[in-house]
Amino acid sequence: MSSTVEPGGRSGVNITRLLVNFGPLIFLAALVVIFTVMKPSFIDPINIFNILRQISITGLIALGMTFVILTAGIDLSVGSLLALCGMVAAVVAKGGTANTLSLSAAGGTGYGWFAALLAAVAVGALAGFIQGQAITRLRVPPFVVTLGGLTIFRGLTLTISNGGPISGFDASMRWFGNGLVGPVPVPVIIFAIAAILCHVVLRYTRYGRAVYAVGGNAEAARLSGLRVDRILISVYVIVGFFAGLAAFVLSARLNSSEAVAGMGYELTVISAVVIGGTSLFGGIGSVGGTVVGAALIGVLQNGLQFNNVSSYTQSIVIGLILILAVAFDRFLKSRVRR
Amino acid sequence: MSLAQAAAQPADEVLLTVEGVTKHFAGVTALSDVSLDVRRGEVLGLLGENGAGKSTLLKILSGVQPPSSGRIVYHGAEFRPSSPEEAKRAGIVTIYQELSLIPTLTVAENIFIGRAPTGPLGLVNWKKMIDASRQIIGRVGLSIDPRTPVSVLSVAEQQLVEIARALSLESRLIIMDEPTSALTEAEVQRLLSIMDRLRKDGVAIMFVTHRLEEASFICDRMTVLRDGRLAGHLDRENGEPIQIPKIIERMVGRAASELYARPHDREVSGETRLSVRGLRTVRDPEAPHAIVLEGVDLDLRAGEILGVAGLVGSGRTELARAIFGADRIAAGTITLDGRPIAPASPADAIALGIGLVPEDRKQQAIFAALGILTNFSVAALGRFSNGFGFMAERREREALSEYRKMLSIRMASPEQAMEGLSGGNQQKVVLARWLARDPKVLIVDEPTRGVDVGAKAEVHQILVQLAERGIAIMMISSELPEVLAVSDRIVTMRRGRITGEMPAVEATEEKLMELMALDRREGRAQ
Repeated sequence: MSSTVEPGGRSGVNITRLLVNFGPLIFLAALVVIFTVMKPSFIDPINIFNILRQISITGLIALGMTFVILTAGIDLSVGSLLALCGMVAAVVAKGGTANTLSLSAAGGTGYGWFAALLAAVAVGALAGFIQGQAITRLRVPPFVVTLGGLTIFRGLTLTISNGGPISGFDASMRWFGNGLVGPVPVPVIIFAIAAILCHVVLRYTRYGRAVYAVGGNAEAARLSGLRVDRILISVYVIVGFFAGLAAFVLSARLNSSEAVAGMGYELTVISAVVIGGTSLFGGIGSVGGTVVGAALIGVLQNGLQFNNVSSYTQSIVIGLILILAVAFDRFLKSRVRR
Repeated sequence: MSLAQAAAQPADEVLLTVEGVTKHFAGVTALSDVSLDVRRGEVLGLLGENGAGKSTLLKILSGVQPPSSGRIVYHGAEFRPSSPEEAKRAGIVTIYQELSLIPTLTVAENIFIGRAPTGPLGLVNWKKMIDASRQIIGRVGLSIDPRTPVSVLSVAEQQLVEIARALSLESRLIIMDEPTSALTEAEVQRLLSIMDRLRKDGVAIMFVTHRLEEASFICDRMTVLRDGRLAGHLDRENGEPIQIPKIIERMVGRAASELYARPHDREVSGETRLSVRGLRTVRDPEAPHAIVLEGVDLDLRAGEILGVAGLVGSGRTELARAIFGADRIAAGTITLDGRPIAPASPADAIALGIGLVPEDRKQQAIFAALGILTNFSVAALGRFSNGFGFMAERREREALSEYRKMLSIRMASPEQAMEGLSGGNQQKVVLARWLARDPKVLIVDEPTRGVDVGAKAEVHQILVQLAERGIAIMMISSELPEVLAVSDRIVTMRRGRITGEMPAVEATEEKLMELMALDRREGRAQ
């Protein structure tokens, strides 16, 4: 988003503008360099793919969250929704709750991975649709609706699973979590394809324009003929869909759906989107930024672990980086705007 | 009368002098070598188009920013406030358009914020605070209960509370930045009479405004800025108000006769496009003070510009919103090209070929942080995308560059953020947005609000061009000269009803004013 007023004074602003557009990316590159200098094995392809696989679950949800935050909304329910979708996927994959706690990896009794995947994304999208309805019809702020969703979906998950995990899926399903295509883990491929799709939708389609417009100024969007309520509902459907997809991949990877899965994911996901430069006030941001934001968190976690920093300290560092990244972004933008 | 006397009094004691002040921002010179003086007991008008440097000067005087060079002398000593607080303590208070009261607190709490009178235990002495507040707001003619929360007051009342607070701080110089832009006619009159009273008490007032009639009416002297430079000082001559054409000439650097130039002899032969009968709206329980339409009849022909004149609160904006499907209709019919229509949302109205340029550009029309391209194409995304929902960006850019030429929009690039454009150029982009849809009916609500004098004439020309292409235009405006200059036919509104109709050639400001403010028990303070 360039916002220089005077067309003449271009040369002096270039570096600042470059920083504004690629700030998070430069930050990411700097971190990679630092960690590599500290421990050269950090840059090994094995470790890089490891990082990418780690971020692909929250990254998938962050893609959907980008749509939501672009409309100046928020979805706090994604962590619980992930658990719910994962549990539904497990029930479908194993053919009912009767198989609960059975560790047999044999297929045959359930409906297969495809039905499980469909069920997961369908439940996610439906949950998003219901939350979107509550936000637009009842005029309850997204923060409140999805805060309610956060506890409702966790409760539903616990009800279905009776508190325990459902484990043991067949090999075809596990492939989505643990498989490799060449050297690339399957979750990373899923994340990459999803990111490209989301980027194309936001950047090149009519729908994408509408999302930015609604986030930029909802009233102006309405008076320009956009069906604002439908667009708002749609972004919650999208994030729900991605929570379902992420749930499927996570269950496949762990060979188990846990009732306590995804606790606190909403915070990681929102952090990734915000670090990536998407404004919580809506209208400004990009999928590219979100991918970089997710990678930044992944690199930071992995790099700190690599250097034997305790997970307690890691949380502190990540929190600080979140605040610093946004402060830096603000600072640069205020300089360009002047 | 009293104003002439005030001006005749030799109140020549200079309170504040600005000497050769210059201000640079990142290579841009916002103010260049500006000098002026403010005297005790006078109202000094500070005028100039948007971008002329008024806001920069205000920021320097109120301590928000230091000047790059030059100096300010106040009370005979050099004055360099390093913060708004310091300026305030020295007796210079600035009242901005966006009021700085805290809406959830009461009037008394706002007046005594940070300095509430306390009792022996350090607790707030409420009785003392409320009594003192009552007295203070009395000085500006307010008789409301000081325990009223500010949020329930009208904008005009809030402004008076701010002025009262300034007075209670023993201010010597009150700077008012566009104080009348959100007021009704009656409220403006009240404010002007309070300004008159304050100057008689020896307070100096710096009055920044776009409204030339008011400036001419109240100001003893004026300083006009243009492009960051001093364009001249104007004085009352023999106690007579400063002539408006003279002010305009200074502001734009050319004669006023070149503005508002439009022949009225255009023949409108088009057929009736839009017809409204018995239109009523319902009272919204969430906005009990909102105006309701009480049965409006209206016809609009193709190629015609229909001026709708009315004061704030006459129902003119509500009429526009009802036709556009933005507000719910309780009764009545709307027909477009002879077919009855019932738009339930703006999207419906737009699909039928109706466009609306809303009154409040910032809140209702533009996407400030988004690029010009999106701002332009947002209402016509269907036209600029293919069957699969992908944007046809080349076509979109070509269309924008076409309108950019046609409307002479001054912008750096299609990606430039909308907030970087001047008000006039923003308005042109909003007009281009509707042109891209080729509407049958275009409703424009206050089309030149917040637009420079120069760009105003351009917007007027654009409206005429559009009418000549056969678009039916309904132009709502509270500026009578604008209504008279641009319209073919004029209707007046008051209290949700149409009160009069006449061809523009027969209309005069007096006739329109009469019809807009028929009820003589109130309103007509002049």
